[in-house]
Amino acid sequence: MKHLLSVTDLDAAAATDLLDTSDRLKQALLGREVRKLPTLRGRTVITMFYENSTRTRVSFEVAGKWMSADTVNVSASGSSVSKGESLRDTSLTLSAMGADCVIVRHPASGAAHRMAAWSDRDHEATGTHTSIVNAGDGTHEHPTQALLDAATLRDRLGGIAGRRIAIVGDILHSRVARSNVFLLATLGADVVLVAPPTLLPVGVAEWPCRVSDSLDAELPALDAVMMLRVQAERMHGAFFPSAREYAIGYGLSAERAALLPEHAVVMHPGPMVRGMEIAPSVADSASSAVLAQVRNGVHVRMAVLYHLLAGAPA
Amino acid sequence: MADDRRGDPAGEGAPTRELLSAADVTRTIARIAHQIIEKTAGTENVVLIGIPTRGAVLVRRLGAAIAEFAGTAPAVGVVDPTLYRDDLRRRPARALEDTDIPEGGLDDALVVLVDDVLMSGRTVRAALDALADHGRPRAVQLAVLVDRGHRELPIRADYVGKNVPTASDEQILVLLEETDGSDSVRLRRVGPEANPEESGRES
Repeated sequence: MKHLLSVTDLDAAAATDLLDTSDRLKQALLGREVRKLPTLRGRTVITMFYENSTRTRVSFEVAGKWMSADTVNVSASGSSVSKGESLRDTSLTLSAMGADCVIVRHPASGAAHRMAAWSDRDHEATGTHTSIVNAGDGTHEHPTQALLDAATLRDRLGGIAGRRIAIVGDILHSRVARSNVFLLATLGADVVLVAPPTLLPVGVAEWPCRVSDSLDAELPALDAVMMLRVQAERMHGAFFPSAREYAIGYGLSAERAALLPEHAVVMHPGPMVRGMEIAPSVADSASSAVLAQVRNGVHVRMAVLYHLLAGAPA
Repeated sequence: MADDRRGDPAGEGAPTRELLSAADVTRTIARIAHQIIEKTAGTENVVLIGIPTRGAVLVRRLGAAIAEFAGTAPAVGVVDPTLYRDDLRRRPARALEDTDIPEGGLDDALVVLVDDVLMSGRTVRAALDALADHGRPRAVQLAVLVDRGHRELPIRADYVGKNVPTASDEQILVLLEETDGSDSVRLRRVGPEANPEESGRES
């Protein structure tokens, strides 16, 4: 594996490999005084975020540090990007500085793919070797989020194959939904999308999942429900009449959560808008795996860095 | 991977010679168990730690044997040294194995590391570093089923099942019932054209 750009590059075996590595890294760090592994000593990991983020950026940084990589954070504001530098120039500059891995979040779908192509061409020309990790590109993909969700589901449900998992809300703008649908389907889950028709992307019929517009009808048969944030910052039009109406139709209220089977897991990629897509009492309930998702995020990202950087260059 | 080839004596088609039979393996483990009991004066605060994959099998057998002979069962765990290896960059990323530190931890314990074959000493070096991050044992000792020589680091075993002088183009195959169907230790000549990185075991 040289880059991690899309979950569609992972088959079931490769995805399971990453999840197993994540579990083993979690084991290796369990209950230790020294939470540091020497594995990536001397490797440089740069995070380059063109969009706001707390958990993803910090999670990658912690993952790198726990494996002894040198981590450097670049954000668009406060860097040369604000002076008008292009993505390509910034990307090649970071490679030239010796970045072994650049973790990128960008508002444009496909940004990580472009960077990977530039990195490969640069590798041919100059021999530098920089892995690109997609940490969210526009409305396209967010592979490590899907992997950490899969890790959490495996923990809580004992497996993914055959489990029914609903993804609810703003599918249209959600890279989390897209990555999850494809990864969970690869791992054999039965995925159903629940959303108002205005928040479904064109071409959803081609995705390996079912679509439903009634959350109440789906809840009793679910093993897990993944609530998505309504991405107001990406909405330049009227997708639903009001926040209140959205919450009534598609929010996970306490009454709705009661329809779920006892064992079902409630998930949210964060940041949560409490009261809109999820009721505070549900977000803090025992069936909520929100913080487990965050914890798994560090281990999954360690696993990704391990696979990309620990071995001989691919 | 080296491990897979080791578990497949017919893999290369090269003839193998048996060094230890199933009965020998059982006797050897019993002898090491007695030596550990003797040298550690009982099993008080002794923790046995196996190195995957076959060391993790041996450590369970050794623990059971000590429990049988001494009457008290030592704590048994597993440490995967992969994340501490010095040759990670020489080959594609390796799969990680289980790590399982016993409940009581390693602080002030007498840890006996257990592996199947001791060769370069690099795996043991990595395991020692891993142990140090999990706690501070009172002392660490090393038990191996086979010592085949070719040390590259100043490491020696405290308990050795069998010393086998080997050539570098030979391979030691340790087969155990749990992982390979039956117990046996065999020697195979891989020939000079084999990749020395892959042959034998870099324990």
